[in-house]
Amino acid sequence: MQADGSNPARVIFKEGLQVLLDRLKAAGYQVIGPTVREGAIVYRPIDTVAALPAGIVDEQAPGRYRLGEIRVGEQRPLFAHVVGPDSWKRWLHPPQQLMWRAERKKRGIVFVSASAGGQPPRALLGVRACEIAAMRIQDRVLAEGEWPDAGYRERRKGVFIVAVNCGRAGGSCFCASMGMGPEVTEGFDLALTEQVDAESHRFVVTAGSPSGQRFLDVLPGQPASEEALRRAREQTAKTAAHMGREMPADAGSVLRASLDHPHWEAVAGRCLHCGNCTMVCPTCFCTSMEERTALDGKGTERWRQWDSCFNASFSYLHGGPIRNSGAARYRQWLTHKLAHWEAQFGTAGCSGCGRCVTWCPVGIDITEEVRALGTPQETMRHDGG
Amino acid sequence: MTADPMIPMPFRVVRQRHELRNVVTLTLEPEAGGRFSFQPGQFNMLYHFGMGEVPISVSGDPAKRRLRHTIRSVGAVTHALTRLRKGDGVGVRGPFGAPWPLAEAEGRDVVLAAGGLGMAPLRPVLYAVMARRERYGRVTLYYGARSPADILYRKQLERWGKRRGIDVRITVDKATPAWRGHVGVVTRLMSREHFAAGNTIAMLCGPEVMMRFSAQTLNRLGVSDGRIYLSMERNMQCGIGLCGHCQLGPTFICRDGPVYRLDEVLPLMKVRGL
Repeated sequence: MQADGSNPARVIFKEGLQVLLDRLKAAGYQVIGPTVREGAIVYRPIDTVAALPAGIVDEQAPGRYRLGEIRVGEQRPLFAHVVGPDSWKRWLHPPQQLMWRAERKKRGIVFVSASAGGQPPRALLGVRACEIAAMRIQDRVLAEGEWPDAGYRERRKGVFIVAVNCGRAGGSCFCASMGMGPEVTEGFDLALTEQVDAESHRFVVTAGSPSGQRFLDVLPGQPASEEALRRAREQTAKTAAHMGREMPADAGSVLRASLDHPHWEAVAGRCLHCGNCTMVCPTCFCTSMEERTALDGKGTERWRQWDSCFNASFSYLHGGPIRNSGAARYRQWLTHKLAHWEAQFGTAGCSGCGRCVTWCPVGIDITEEVRALGTPQETMRHDGG
Repeated sequence: MTADPMIPMPFRVVRQRHELRNVVTLTLEPEAGGRFSFQPGQFNMLYHFGMGEVPISVSGDPAKRRLRHTIRSVGAVTHALTRLRKGDGVGVRGPFGAPWPLAEAEGRDVVLAAGGLGMAPLRPVLYAVMARRERYGRVTLYYGARSPADILYRKQLERWGKRRGIDVRITVDKATPAWRGHVGVVTRLMSREHFAAGNTIAMLCGPEVMMRFSAQTLNRLGVSDGRIYLSMERNMQCGIGLCGHCQLGPTFICRDGPVYRLDEVLPLMKVRGL
């Protein structure tokens, strides 16, 4: 509600969404949004609303992800899905990045910065509350420390975020128990709440920044009524009440107290150490450097790529890996995410998106693992757990 | 430091000194001129063209213009670094990490305990102490090496022991017929007679097991955990807390270490494979 009593929120329709995409492109943004590729919803550059996953819904459970169809009357909702294997991390903290080039000259080595420049600013469409939370978590790590990552800061600074309030919770979702969703409350430019019924398909749009407001003011549609806003809030509240899972509130202290718990061996016995959870995680930031030399030996490039604490080489020190057991590596992942992150960056390292649960090939559910680790050790031993 | 901490600064090897089998000390100068400032205990990421980067503690004199690193050939990059010759180029990023507590050591007795190549990150402490010798009480170096042939900076240490007011005590695990010194683990050198336990700062550097036993012995002799510092080592790729490799529980060794006060890391050191 504005000072003059008018309501700046608007209701737009699919055509209005296309106008938003067009205006973002006209303003120089590359628009990235959810789209279906190879049986999963991923985030890729899109030009039109037609590229969005219309009428697609995802069924998620530990170790399970399937796309299905959903209709409401004749309407096909665009954002009925939750989050897939991809995350916005791909666009802000890319899987591979050239850091610099070097050449061997008579006067020693010449280093040339591979600047992150030259890429257009990006508009991210369909960003969920847990994903904004994940970006804020990565901001702390990559942009707000003593040595910020220049490329990340550049890419992050330029993004325009069109968020979406989740209209349903996925089977692996637990953002509500992390306090990171499902309602979009900050860190966005525009926020959509999709409302679909048999008669109409509309989006209640609110602005979260002056820049977002400028786009919103010129979208075709109508001012949102109090009734429409109330329905949008109710819809998101309903999502919060239907989360697939719940993280115990004391996860951090449970993990800090269980570094020697026998359950690490039990979960390591199921874990394949494939690293899927770290690859799909929107906050995992770990990287390794790789030297790529030219065949003539004169030039070389230094690349940075995502790494995973599940790789034995991750902790390699002369002689062998420090974490040379699966249990040690699983413990590193979970304690870092839910306990030590807090000490390092002043926030939990998990946004409750549930990707690691869904994409674990053996269906390890971290909320269940925390519960098991919260069980006194003696009990675990007697139960043979 | 360059504007981007991920891009190395070009340096040149001006001297390559063979120290021990597979161990060399490189003396480096920035191509751009000027001096390299660091505090004892800090490390640099050293880059070999076409091979990669490794974290190496500075082993030279903090008052000198030139940069010194003592490197043991243990992997592909360190092997390549030990084969560099005068005039070769090398990349340097740094200095990174928390230093030894030299200010806190002023007015106190100083105990250094080194194991093997752990002597290298402690040498800058000796340079700094000797430069302002009057500010410190008794200074004792306990140094354990595998054999007499593995004693790093041996001549220099013997000279400092004789003339520079440092009590240098060296032991080896395996003696040779010519060796007249101590034989056995480094903790057996330690004695109450060498320092005033209630007013001592200890700095330990070597394999983790050696540091843990040294700390236990110092505890028994009356030095508390809060006065014992040690330098930790882990895989490092960035040196600036962004790559995640060097985590030790809630800390990053590159950022919060490598030098820690014992009471900050002892609970973590006791957990296997952390």
